[in-house]
Amino acid sequence: MPDVHLTRRSAARALLVAGAAAALPGVFPGAVSAAAQVAPTRAPTSVLRVATFPDLDRAAIAAAPRWRALHPEVELKLLSMQYADHHLSMTTALATGSGLPDVMAIDLRYIGKFAGSGGFVDLNQAPFHAAAHADDYVRFAMAQGVGPNGTQVAIPTDIGPGTLIYRKDLLDKAGVSEAEITRDWASYLAAGERIRKTTGAYLMADAADLRDIALRQGLQDGEGLYFDAEGRVLVESARFRHAFELGRAARRAGLDARAIAWTNDWAAGFKQGRIATQMMGAWLVGQLRNWIAPQTTGLWRSAPLPGGVQAAYGGSFYAIPKKAANKTAAWDFIRLMTADAQVQLESLKVLDSFPAMRAVLRDPVMDEPIAFLGGQRARQLWRETATRIPAIPVNRFDVLATTVIRDEFERVISKGKAIAEALADARYLIERRARRR
Amino acid sequence: MNARPSPSLAAPRPSRVRLPALRSRRLAPYLFIAPFFALFLVFSLFPLIFSIYLSLQQWNPAEGLHTMHWVGLENYGYALTDPWFWDALYNTAWFALVAGVPQHLVALPLAFFIHRRFKRGRDLIVGAYFVPYITSSVAIALIFTTLYSKDYGLINAALAELTRIPFIGSPLASLTALKDGGIDWLGDADVTRPAVAFVVFWRYLGWNLVLYLSGLQVIDKDLYEAATLDGATEWQQFWHVTLPLLKPMMFFAVTLTIIGNLQLFEEPFILVDGEKGVSSSVMTTAIFMYRTAFSDGDFGTASAMSWLMFVLIAALTWLNARLFGRDPRSAHGKR
Repeated sequence: MPDVHLTRRSAARALLVAGAAAALPGVFPGAVSAAAQVAPTRAPTSVLRVATFPDLDRAAIAAAPRWRALHPEVELKLLSMQYADHHLSMTTALATGSGLPDVMAIDLRYIGKFAGSGGFVDLNQAPFHAAAHADDYVRFAMAQGVGPNGTQVAIPTDIGPGTLIYRKDLLDKAGVSEAEITRDWASYLAAGERIRKTTGAYLMADAADLRDIALRQGLQDGEGLYFDAEGRVLVESARFRHAFELGRAARRAGLDARAIAWTNDWAAGFKQGRIATQMMGAWLVGQLRNWIAPQTTGLWRSAPLPGGVQAAYGGSFYAIPKKAANKTAAWDFIRLMTADAQVQLESLKVLDSFPAMRAVLRDPVMDEPIAFLGGQRARQLWRETATRIPAIPVNRFDVLATTVIRDEFERVISKGKAIAEALADARYLIERRARRR
Repeated sequence: MNARPSPSLAAPRPSRVRLPALRSRRLAPYLFIAPFFALFLVFSLFPLIFSIYLSLQQWNPAEGLHTMHWVGLENYGYALTDPWFWDALYNTAWFALVAGVPQHLVALPLAFFIHRRFKRGRDLIVGAYFVPYITSSVAIALIFTTLYSKDYGLINAALAELTRIPFIGSPLASLTALKDGGIDWLGDADVTRPAVAFVVFWRYLGWNLVLYLSGLQVIDKDLYEAATLDGATEWQQFWHVTLPLLKPMMFFAVTLTIIGNLQLFEEPFILVDGEKGVSSSVMTTAIFMYRTAFSDGDFGTASAMSWLMFVLIAALTWLNARLFGRDPRSAHGKR
């Protein structure tokens, strides 16, 4: 019997809700395109509504039997929409104050925007006292869930320690060692030229990946990526200049395949061995194994990011909206998903998501070899990275700044715009937009 | 014989009995049209008025309705002084010209040709041209992203084959982009805009063709016969008979193109991933509005932009009416 199943009644209700949502999206802003209901063993007295998105919803589905055992009186109702639709729908729900779930899943990309909205419960307050549990979680991830004025608006459930995944067979063919691609950026690019010449493969998918990682170099605890603690824009700093220069150098040397992540060309590049390395969260290994390039099992390895950069790629959080009807159960659910070792380990197995819970990082599963990485015990490396990533505060304008930087970088590499001018323009555009709100 | 009296001879019923029936008969038409008006009020009129109201407010929806505050015309000023708004407007105008003008330059003579030369199978040919217009955007995105793929696309594969042909091969092969392993149609800022413009042209050519064909079919055949008797060539007939008589239809078709192209959203949005840096080169005002509202969370400015675009579209439609020598007011007056 599956862990979560649609009963005849709940299936009909799910269809009805999905139909109504499709017909009247404005009327049901929080309605679902796919709904799953967890049938309780006893008659429930209340309902817990959890709004989530794929693949994170699979972790909740896997945890459902445990929830049922612990809280038979609370019916767990999962409302899952596609990633972008979910965050858009939650924005609408926050705007109108209606259709809000009891628990909202939030991706790292949106955490700054949502944390600054003021629409969530401060989990440091009674009866939640999240600060007392702060040591349960990886430090940097807990800091990402902090909103303005130090309010803890979200609790991390999974993290993405940044890693450099590389094709060992291509590096061997080019006579390049792992040390050469990780020592520093100059060495990484030089190795890329040899790989390109010898194997025909590109060093990386997109020069923008290199820029994104390089601009995190040297960040310390408390330093923002785009904004400092006073909200000043940092994009004209040496950190950004260096990152832009490296990205431009990679593009000029023809080392990137110009393939944007999650496009067909990007996936085909991995399948056909045209991309030798990729900087991303450790969870990429699971994606490569499951659907992007399962036929390349054993050919990949994981290494630290070049130049000693410690960075996070992605991560998921749970938060409780102020207007949630069932806050106590919501907190119990969040604790179950984020601080229950069994559930966190199950998520690791189901999703390949790296746990945010520190106790799980000491579990023997972290020492197991990974077949897709040729038996490498890569989780040990990712665990090490997770503990070293600086605690960088998020800002509500991070998404906006990312967009501006991305566009200006494109002008640099495709139209030859001077880096200093591009960064000055970026600063103007970000300040202009951020100042108004 | 106990014959039943005919209704007309029957004694009239007391008025208090007939009233509900009469009332319901009077109300029935209103009830039947009520669903339309209810939907119109909720989904058309209210959003329209609300967007005017929003354009005068500053509001981030993630912060709730209560955070909305009055800023007057500031959003309009902000939009008009924003460099990205002007970039987006430039892109929109570029698409309107490069994708819009050829639609008419090709559709008009093509319609004339089909009208004059095809008697049998005309519907099939017109249908073939019309198919892109009714094809779903998702299917179009799938087909064209595959065709335009740098490494695996059919277009680059065909270009690579063409380089083997004498005479045309060597100039083609010297193209830097081809040397680099193929043109990055949806990733290189220099070619992405034309690539997207071609899809827009391809998609709406059939629509304009159908419009012009319908216009041609109502032109009196006697005029062509008279012109033929006077010795007019086919070209002269097209220039002196067809074109002047098609003016009203041209006005209608060009107006629809202006409105459609200034609201262009789907094609650039689905073909060029918003995460790509190159996406700014195909960012139309409609896409910029969407980004401002849903990514930046600035619904006030996005609403102000939508009203600025409304003013621009209205002005261009008026200009179009002047160019075609047709005052919309007099056209209404003739009806």
